Amino acid sequence: MLLQLTSDQELLRETTARFLDETVPPAELRRLRDDPVGFGDAWWKRGAELGWTSLLVSEDDGGGSISGRGLVDLSLIAYEFGRRAAPGPLVASSVVAAALSSASGARHTPVLARLLSGDAIATWCFAEPRPNDRLGAIALEIRRDGGDLVLSGVKRPVEAAVRASHLLVTGRTADGLAQVLVPADTPGVTIAPMQSVDLTRRFHVVTFDRVRVPVSALVGELGSADAQVERQLQQALVLLAAESVGAMQRGFDMTVDWAFDRYSFGRPLASYQAIKHRFADLKAWLEASHAIADAAAAAVDAGAGSDEAAELASVAKAYVGDAGAEVLHDCVQIHGGIGVTFEHDLHFFLRRLTVDRALCGTPAEHRVRIAGLLERRAEAA
Amino acid sequence: MATEDLEAFRRRARTFVRANLRPVGSAVMTVRSRVSDEEELAAVARDREVQRMLFDAGLAGVCVPREYGGQGLTPAHQRVLNEELAGFEFPSRIQVPTFAPCAAVLLEFGTEEQKQRHIPPMLRGEEIWMQFLSEPSGGSDVAGALTSAVRDGDGWLLSGSKVWTTGAWWSDWALCLARTDWDVAKHAGLTVFILPIHQPSIDVHRIEMLNGNREFCQEFLNEVRVPDGDRVGGVNDGWTVGTRWMFHERMSYNSPLVTFPTDAVHGVAGGASTLELARAAGRADDPRVRELIGEARALEVVWRELQHRVGVGIATGAMSSQASAVARVFHCGASMRQTTIAFDVAGAAGGAWTDDDGPLARAGTDFLMRQVACIGGGTTEMARNVVSERVLGMPRERTLDKDVAFRDVPRSPSAKR
Repeated sequence: MLLQLTSDQELLRETTARFLDETVPPAELRRLRDDPVGFGDAWWKRGAELGWTSLLVSEDDGGGSISGRGLVDLSLIAYEFGRRAAPGPLVASSVVAAALSSASGARHTPVLARLLSGDAIATWCFAEPRPNDRLGAIALEIRRDGGDLVLSGVKRPVEAAVRASHLLVTGRTADGLAQVLVPADTPGVTIAPMQSVDLTRRFHVVTFDRVRVPVSALVGELGSADAQVERQLQQALVLLAAESVGAMQRGFDMTVDWAFDRYSFGRPLASYQAIKHRFADLKAWLEASHAIADAAAAAVDAGAGSDEAAELASVAKAYVGDAGAEVLHDCVQIHGGIGVTFEHDLHFFLRRLTVDRALCGTPAEHRVRIAGLLERRAEAA
Repeated sequence: MATEDLEAFRRRARTFVRANLRPVGSAVMTVRSRVSDEEELAAVARDREVQRMLFDAGLAGVCVPREYGGQGLTPAHQRVLNEELAGFEFPSRIQVPTFAPCAAVLLEFGTEEQKQRHIPPMLRGEEIWMQFLSEPSGGSDVAGALTSAVRDGDGWLLSGSKVWTTGAWWSDWALCLARTDWDVAKHAGLTVFILPIHQPSIDVHRIEMLNGNREFCQEFLNEVRVPDGDRVGGVNDGWTVGTRWMFHERMSYNSPLVTFPTDAVHGVAGGASTLELARAAGRADDPRVRELIGEARALEVVWRELQHRVGVGIATGAMSSQASAVARVFHCGASMRQTTIAFDVAGAAGGAWTDDDGPLARAGTDFLMRQVACIGGGTTEMARNVVSERVLGMPRERTLDKDVAFRDVPRSPSAKR
């Protein structure tokens, strides 16, 4: 997380941190394990009042950032979510709100207003099942039929689809990508639950069986949404990285405390050089993760869609995904047996990191993307 | 005088850099094997020349106070200069250790006369400095120095041996840690001196490394006379100086006293050169190789951002002053990985090559030298101790040389106490 916050950013961060501490402590996370939605509607609305839903939305649309850098502000919230493995569709709903605000004119203002107030949530239908499950592979078909659009295909995993009033669906036309805002209760939309390692996040398979919506449901233009999809992806990558770093930081802090408190052979764990050197490595990877997550947030905020932003976002996703898993698994290792029990809290953070690492492209997929960007730059030079 | 604002400084730096310096692409500084002495000396001469040009343009010593020839500006100005230098030559041999740690130590502990005498010539490229710190008897345990300084009238006589000075054969001055009292505990009997390297009482010997490089040196000091006015800090107070010296050494390229283009990489190959290697090897389309290229680039970018974070963190007090050891630990692991990636991308040419293999020809020897980045400037293991003990506050390692006269400290298996 940023080393230097403005006083307004600090207030935003602190307010959310306190709210999450009070409302979703570990006991509540354990209770939500068996909840079909994973978060409460009234709870989400209170979060909206704290500013969670408005940061990526323009002032004209009723939103507004804290610092003039809305994605950086929101990454502070995502970080606090990670530190508590908090429930709620923060990433998916924020990305949709940003898209409706920037790419759709006034067409979707009523929906956006409900997202802002927290009365409704929306989610992004982006990734697809095999064989189209590679990062950026989109096969869902969007076809024009008179004054209508017809959607056919399958999306998964889609976060919080069971609670979403609207689905932002990314699909392919003959001319390129298109995005459509589909009410979740439209005939032909089926939502089936998936299982996940995360205790409070719910993911779904959403099937579109010749779903028919009016052309006015388009977000942006038919066939020319590629740049907008890239911006959404970069925003999602930034938020996932920030959240992952929060989870890493919390697991690391818990483990440092444990190393001082736990004694074996008459000494604290923290006095063994083998353990101290592990901690030094973890600290280095953790600070590196903070650094790259913050840099990615700043770059995507300044120019979502640019090559530089694309590179930093992918580097953040690739690096934090790998380093986060190493850090949190080492935290489990240093805890010993208690670290793999449900009764301990450490697993909340490993769970959150694990899901975030897998979403929106694996570390390996992002490394390949980075190579492509590097090649493009070398050719341009 | 009002501080020059960042944008005005940037315009001034940009104008100078583009009009006067040679574009080089991304600089990769590493210990290369195939550089002749003539080429090395020519490069040193050019570095001195470029340093002088920066000085004349008011761009040398950005964070050095004006009374010592610097600009008296802020670390943010230095970062702007580093950004504007991206893609251009810079005086790479006159940054570390001349400005950090040597100039940093002089600014902190030197007398007014010492600072006036040495800082301006450093900034003009006239004095290149070395650290006479490590000794053959031990690299990490620097406070265990055996080089002795004995009173001789109004001065001192220094005898012993120092090692791992990169480029001492073409350098000018050295900061030297020596033992002035053997009858007190290890840290209590040290004193720091400054001395010119090229003099009859110092024999500079060049060490051949396993890649054929001969830039590392060892010096033999045989009753080198040093006037008392060239002592830095108090007699037997050398560890007060030494602790900060080590701190500035760990700051190295993160130091606000050091000029280093933001796209330059020291010690290891970044993404662009890995891509270049892959192309030379005809493997740039291999998906496995592409992932490796992406990994090398990712590590390079993360390293750049971590350096920035640590620099800001230390400058603002948000991080421990020892946090540069955190960067050091990261860099060790990242550079090992990048070197291994470069070797694997080169394929069989990493093991056997011809003169036609271009950049592939150096992959094998670079791989042999992989651990250099984890040894020079303090080993990874020492940095891990610093991070765990000084940053995270974990218990210190137990040592057997604390409350005993240094002459009684065991120094080999045969030394029975």
